[in-house]
Amino acid sequence: MGTILSLKDIVKVYPNGVIANKGVSLDIEDGVIHAIVGENGAGKTTLMKIVFGLEEAQEGEIYFKGKKIKIKNPYDAIKNGIGMVHQHFMLAPDLTVYENLLLGIEPKRGIFLNTKKAIEITKKVSNDYGLPVPYDKKIKDLPIGLRQRVEILKALIRNAELLILDEPTSVLTPQETEVLFNTLRNLKKAGKTIIFISHKLKEVLEIADKVTVMRDGKIVVTKNAEDLTEHEIAYLMVGREISFERIPPNNKEGEVILEAKNISFVNEDNIKVLKDVSLKLKSYEILGLCGVEGNGQTELVEILTGLRKASSGKIFLKDKEITNLLPREIREKKVSHIPEDRMKNGVAERATLEENIIVDRYYKNSFSGRLLLKEKEIENHTNELIKKFNIVTLSSKNPVSSLSGGNIQKVVVARELSSDPLIIIADQPTRGIDVGSEELVHNLLKDARDNGAGIFLVSADLDEILKLSTRILVIYNGEIVKEFTNYEGLTGKELGPYMLGLKKENEDG
Amino acid sequence: MDKYVLKYFNLIRTIIAILIGIFICILIIFIISKDPQDGLRYFLLGPFTSVSRLGNVIEMASPIILCGLAIAIPFQAEQFNVGAEGALFISAAVATGFGVSTAFPKIIHIPLILLVAGGVGAIWGFIPGILKAKWNTNELVVTLMMNYVALFLSLYIINFHFRDKKANFLVSYQLPKTAWFDQFIENTRIHYGVLLTVVLVILVYILLYKTKLGYEIRMTGLNINFAKYGGINTFKIIVLSQVIGGFIAGIAGISEVMGIHRRFNWQATPGYGWDGVTVAIIGRNHPILIAFASIFIAYIRVSGQVLNLLTDVPSEIVTIFESIIILLITAEAFLSQWKYKITVREAEKREVKVESAS
Repeated sequence: MGTILSLKDIVKVYPNGVIANKGVSLDIEDGVIHAIVGENGAGKTTLMKIVFGLEEAQEGEIYFKGKKIKIKNPYDAIKNGIGMVHQHFMLAPDLTVYENLLLGIEPKRGIFLNTKKAIEITKKVSNDYGLPVPYDKKIKDLPIGLRQRVEILKALIRNAELLILDEPTSVLTPQETEVLFNTLRNLKKAGKTIIFISHKLKEVLEIADKVTVMRDGKIVVTKNAEDLTEHEIAYLMVGREISFERIPPNNKEGEVILEAKNISFVNEDNIKVLKDVSLKLKSYEILGLCGVEGNGQTELVEILTGLRKASSGKIFLKDKEITNLLPREIREKKVSHIPEDRMKNGVAERATLEENIIVDRYYKNSFSGRLLLKEKEIENHTNELIKKFNIVTLSSKNPVSSLSGGNIQKVVVARELSSDPLIIIADQPTRGIDVGSEELVHNLLKDARDNGAGIFLVSADLDEILKLSTRILVIYNGEIVKEFTNYEGLTGKELGPYMLGLKKENEDG
Repeated sequence: MDKYVLKYFNLIRTIIAILIGIFICILIIFIISKDPQDGLRYFLLGPFTSVSRLGNVIEMASPIILCGLAIAIPFQAEQFNVGAEGALFISAAVATGFGVSTAFPKIIHIPLILLVAGGVGAIWGFIPGILKAKWNTNELVVTLMMNYVALFLSLYIINFHFRDKKANFLVSYQLPKTAWFDQFIENTRIHYGVLLTVVLVILVYILLYKTKLGYEIRMTGLNINFAKYGGINTFKIIVLSQVIGGFIAGIAGISEVMGIHRRFNWQATPGYGWDGVTVAIIGRNHPILIAFASIFIAYIRVSGQVLNLLTDVPSEIVTIFESIIILLITAEAFLSQWKYKITVREAEKREVKVESAS
């Protein structure tokens, strides 16, 4: 088999000075599924963005099918036969499937879209590759798995021979992942080459023929998948041993410290996003909430932390009602919150580390007098946390934007865990951070639990839920549809049908 | 070298913008002037031709600085307002009215008038603040409209209630001497209000960067979601930033009345509020930088006056100069490629060091 894509000495420096690729050379064989794995910030997504023309490299050459090519923008990439399916789909939600598929290459009759022909093309391509799609439905009415399929078809319809998938499974349930993998195997049979970016090692070994491990902007190794184990890859990615074991529950019987009773929420569009959600959180436990994103998790967390007002229902902290209190009042009662989107809520990027650390405590006596901030104390406190939480930064006075994603998350976690919390509401606490930082965050949450805190863990990552939780709630369409105790041997496969709304507790008998 | 360029990039960028501005203006002067050497000299050094002109720079800079501060505080909270002009005008009108109709010893009269002016300005800032916080109205539109309300309301107050009928112009009665900021440098009109400005620059600096309130204002501006999540009462901060800004704008107007004109003699708004927006942008909302930017603006304005008086170059040349500089400074992309290249070079150098060390 020949080489379809060959990268030579690619160097990429971002405007903020971060070097994402330090002279990367990589050959991709024709007709294989080639996985690129690495921690976040290892440079794998950047490398692929360069191949697809979304970023321009400072140095290096790209050869495609033996020919040296210049890729200045995605248009060049598509012209050459390179397609990419992004982590966040690039689809127009209000257009139909076929309109999305043929955007920019529409068959026309005069100045109008030739609808009949468009549907015909869509049907043909989707038949050829065995990828059925409801071609006349709007994208916004499709589940995530199907949207992704539309993205793949979009690349195929433009004659992509090399298909790049950036973390394609991060938004899918186990069942949907299974379907995606079958699709990829079929595409391989049809002669396509696939680059598969992921940090889920189990999946990588299941689907890939070749695996390239990247670390710190460089390639560590490229090997055949059958010659590697999960452990080996993890070791290569991080450079040290990592534990994937389930963290056993704490056997201490805790008391109920947080109770939500019949929380409902109707949003601005008059849609009932939460329907009578009730839950109890005990000390010494981690209560996991899993579900496909967008099923009301965000709203629930915001209501619990005072950022949003519930339409109805009550929340109690021990015996005291805290429904609709202000965020500071809730924080004063020792509730911590690791937010879902760290860049939106968790930090002010352009502010310094110090300013980011003190946002929940600057007004307290240790950090300010009547009017003035105590700068020395703030600096010392921040430096203590930098050391304790292993945050990589040149100074406590640097802006948070100069840190990597994993380190920014550590800033958030450091702040939220250092306030001696009784309740920790952790929403996607390890999203988009590297395996090493992930392990650190998990251990910190475990330690907090063992010290008697109750943790409400919301995550779209099933492995994370299964690794940490004492009990698991499944949310679908704004309802808690099932509660599991996280017994030894529970797998994502059993949670999947509930997450997709195919099963409900009461129907289960 | 590269390291210093990165560290002082914004300063270097500003200097380059100014140099480009000067260069273009020199070109224009050479084209239009019969005696370009004279034109050039007065353009660059006009204010240094006499003590009184140098004084003019300081006198003019003072209200611009105050308006810059008045704008910068809400800007720091990400409240993009242009209300200083109106707040300055209405406060000066009301406080002049108060000043001419009351009698106190100087030591009481001056602070009282300042408080009235500041208070009126604060109220003027409170309105767009509360509208924004409660109903999310656009503060830019509200403050822009309120500037007109301020203009005509003030003219009504002065022309119908406090007009000095003995004067030949539409002006208010003169303030009693107990309400004057005395001028203390001979041949200039530099008055004690200028000292007040210096004090306010320092106070605003402390407010923004050293106090709890300043921290809350800045965090609200940098990321309001983060501020809310952290427990900051952003509703209060939005209103308060506008109120404090209005207070300072109020001082800006009355200080000029008390120190220079001694009566309300404006029939149109003086434009300091707009200059305030300009210097707040050039000075990136930092009080100290705003002071420098204001002095710079005042300097070239005085140059313009000198040019007008002594040469055949029209004073509008300084408007061109100002525009070029503001354009270049506010254009994010200006020199960004250069910075990017240096960043790349620095990053690669750092990398080589790490490599050879390991």
